[in-house]
Amino acid sequence: MSINILLFNVTLLFYLISTILFLVEVSTRHLKTVGVARWILWGGFVFHCAALLFRFIEVGHTPVASLYESLSFFAWALVGTFILFDLRYRLVVLGAFVCPLAVILMLVGSAVIIGGVEPQQANPMLQSKWFPVHVTFAFLGHAVFGVAFAAGIMYLLQERMLKSKRFSALYYKLPSLDVLDSINYKCLSFGFPLMTLGIISGAVWANSAWGGYWRWDPKETWALITWFWYAALLHGRLSIGWRGRRAAIFAIIGFVALVFSFLGVNLLLEGAHTFKSMRGE
Amino acid sequence: MNILVVGLSHKTATVAVRERVAFAPTAMERPLHELLALPAISEAIIVSTCNRVELYATSREPEAALSQMRRFLTSYHGLEAGSLDENLYEYQGEEAIRHVFRVASSLDSMVIGEPQILGQIKTSYGYAAEFKTAGLILNRFLHKAFSVAKRVRTETAIAGNAVSVAFAAVELARKIFGTLEGKTVLLIGAGEMCELAARHFINNGVSQVHVTNRTFERAVKLAEEFKGRAIAFDDFPDHLHQIDIVLTSTGASTFILGPKKVEEVIKQRKNKPMFFIDIAVPRDIDPRVNDVANVYLYDVDDLQGVIAANLKERHKEAKKAEGIIEEEIVAFDRWLATLDVVPTIVALRSRFEEIRRAEVDKTFGAALKNLGDKERRSVEALTSAIINKLLHAPITLLKQEQNDDSTDSSVHAVRTLFNLEPPKPEGKLEDLDDSAENQ
Repeated sequence: MSINILLFNVTLLFYLISTILFLVEVSTRHLKTVGVARWILWGGFVFHCAALLFRFIEVGHTPVASLYESLSFFAWALVGTFILFDLRYRLVVLGAFVCPLAVILMLVGSAVIIGGVEPQQANPMLQSKWFPVHVTFAFLGHAVFGVAFAAGIMYLLQERMLKSKRFSALYYKLPSLDVLDSINYKCLSFGFPLMTLGIISGAVWANSAWGGYWRWDPKETWALITWFWYAALLHGRLSIGWRGRRAAIFAIIGFVALVFSFLGVNLLLEGAHTFKSMRGE
Repeated sequence: MNILVVGLSHKTATVAVRERVAFAPTAMERPLHELLALPAISEAIIVSTCNRVELYATSREPEAALSQMRRFLTSYHGLEAGSLDENLYEYQGEEAIRHVFRVASSLDSMVIGEPQILGQIKTSYGYAAEFKTAGLILNRFLHKAFSVAKRVRTETAIAGNAVSVAFAAVELARKIFGTLEGKTVLLIGAGEMCELAARHFINNGVSQVHVTNRTFERAVKLAEEFKGRAIAFDDFPDHLHQIDIVLTSTGASTFILGPKKVEEVIKQRKNKPMFFIDIAVPRDIDPRVNDVANVYLYDVDDLQGVIAANLKERHKEAKKAEGIIEEEIVAFDRWLATLDVVPTIVALRSRFEEIRRAEVDKTFGAALKNLGDKERRSVEALTSAIINKLLHAPITLLKQEQNDDSTDSSVHAVRTLFNLEPPKPEGKLEDLDDSAENQ
C-alpha cells in the first residue's frame, strides 16, 4: 500500500469518528461531543493534506486527475471550507451535516481504490498550469455549495419543527433560522464567483489543450446548467427577496445537480471530462 | 452536633396556612433571637418565603430541639400548640442536609429550577449573620448549600429552557430571528400576559414596540409605558409590514387577521419572517396563517405545549441534580465529622507522634549514629514525654468541653492549626487516656 493510500485511510477513519461524534451531538439533547468531534476532524484534515501532498509527489501533477483523486480532493475542499466557516462564524453544528458528506465522498473514493487505482502516466495535458487553477476553483466552489447544501437541510429541518411545533433534540442544537439563511447567502456569494472562475479557467485550459474553448461535452453542459441555477438563486436573493425555505431548497437542488455533473456525468455519460479520456487513451 | 430542619412548604400547607406562619423580612431580629434562646438550640436561621417557612438549627439534643422548634413556630405566631402538626415536616442529620441542599438547588420549588429560592435563602442567611444567630456549622452549611446550588445550575440544564409563556415566546423568537436586536414588536389589545411578554421582549433586545387597541387611549397609555408608538386599531394592518413580532390578546370573538392579509404583508416584506403570538381565547388569528411561508404562528396551547416539554426536560435534569447532591452530602458529612472530639484527639496525637518519629529517626541515623541501645531508649522516652506534656493541655480542654457549645470552635481551631486531615476512625474516649504520659 502506498503511503498516500495509507494516509487516505487514516483520514477516512478520523472523519468517520468525527462524523459519529457530530451525529451524537445533534441527536441527543445534553451530550456535548462536538468539541472532540472538531479536534478529530482537524486531525483528519492534517492527514488529508499529507495524503494529497504525497500523491502530488507520486504522480507529479495536481492530484485531481483520476476519479479517486477527485473524490479525495472534493472531500478535502469540503472539510477545509467547513473548518474556515467554523473558525469565522463558530457554527460547529454544521459539521453534523457537512462531515457525513465528506465521509460519503471518501467512501466512494476508497471503493474506487479497491476497484484498482490507476497510477497516472505522465500526460502533457495535466502539466498545463491551467489545470490546477481550474480544479482548485471548481472544487472550492463545489465545497462552498456543499456547505450551503448542509445549511439548507438544517434550515428545512428547523423550519419544519417550528411550524409543526414538535421539537426533537436537534432543535436545541441548531442555530436560528436567520443564521442558517445567512449562511446560504454567504455561501452563494463566495461559491458563485468560485464556480464562475472554475468554468472560465476550464475553458482557457481546454483552449490550450485542445484548441477550443467550449465543446458542449455533457460535463460542460451540466456545469453551465448548474451555473445558471445558482445565478437564478443569487438574482432571486438580491432583487426579489428570496430567502428562507425557497433559498434553502434551491441550494439543495443546486448541489445535487453539482454532484451529478461531477459523478453522474463521469459514470453515466461519455465526454472529454471522463477520467478515461483524460488519460489520453 | 446535629443539623435540624422544621418547616412547611407549598407541598404540605395551603397558602392560608403559610401566610399565618410567615415571618416579616423587616423584623427578623426578634424571631431569630427567640429561636436561638431556646434551651436545646445552638445556632438558628429562619427562611420565610411565600412558598415555605423553615427553621434551620443545630443542637446536641435533637429530639428536644425539634419539639422546641415546633412549639416556637406556633407560639410565636399565636397559634394553638400542635395546630400545625399535619403541615410540618422535620429532618435531622443527613436528611436535613439533603433537604436544604435540595431547596437551595430549587428541586423542591413549585416550578423546578426557578432561581428565586436561592436568593431568598441567601437573604435569610444574611439576617442570621447580621444578628449573629448562625455559628460555625450553619455558616459552613449554608455556604455549602449555595455552592451546591451553583454546581447544580452549571452542571445540569435544570434551569434551561423557558417554563413561562413570555419566556417561551422569547426563546422561539430567538430561534427564528437569531438576535432580537433591531426587531419590532406590535402589541394588539391589552392583557397582563401580553404586556409581560412585551416586557420580556424589550429586556431581550427588541428595539421598538408598537401598540394598538380598540380604545385608542389605552394604546397611548401603554405605548408611553413601553416608550413605543400607538397606532389606531383600524390602521394596524397597514403597519404590519414593519413588524417582526406580533403579540395579540384582544377580546374579539372572530379572527382579526387571516392568511390572505398576512401573505400580502410577507410579500411586502420581501419574505422577511414574521412571528405571531396569539394569546387570546378565543383566538385572534386564523390558524391557517401558520401555513404562510416564513410565518410562524403560536397560540396559547402551542406555547403551553412548549412549556410542558421543557418542564419534562427539567424533571429529567433534576435526577442528575439529585446525584450531585448526594455527592455533596458525603463531602459535607466528612467535614461535620471532623468536628467530633474523639477523632480529632486521635489525629492530633498521631500527627505529633509522626513528627517525633521522623525527627528521632533522622538524628539516630546521623548525629547520634553511635548511640547505644540504652541511650536510644532514653532519647525515645524524652521526646515522647515532651509531646505528651505539650498535648496534655489541649486534649484536656477538648475532652472537658465535649458537651459545651464552644467545642466546635475549639475542634475546628485545633484541626486548622495543626492541619489535621479529615479521616475519622471510630474510637471511644476511654481508649485515648493519657497512659503514655506515665512512661
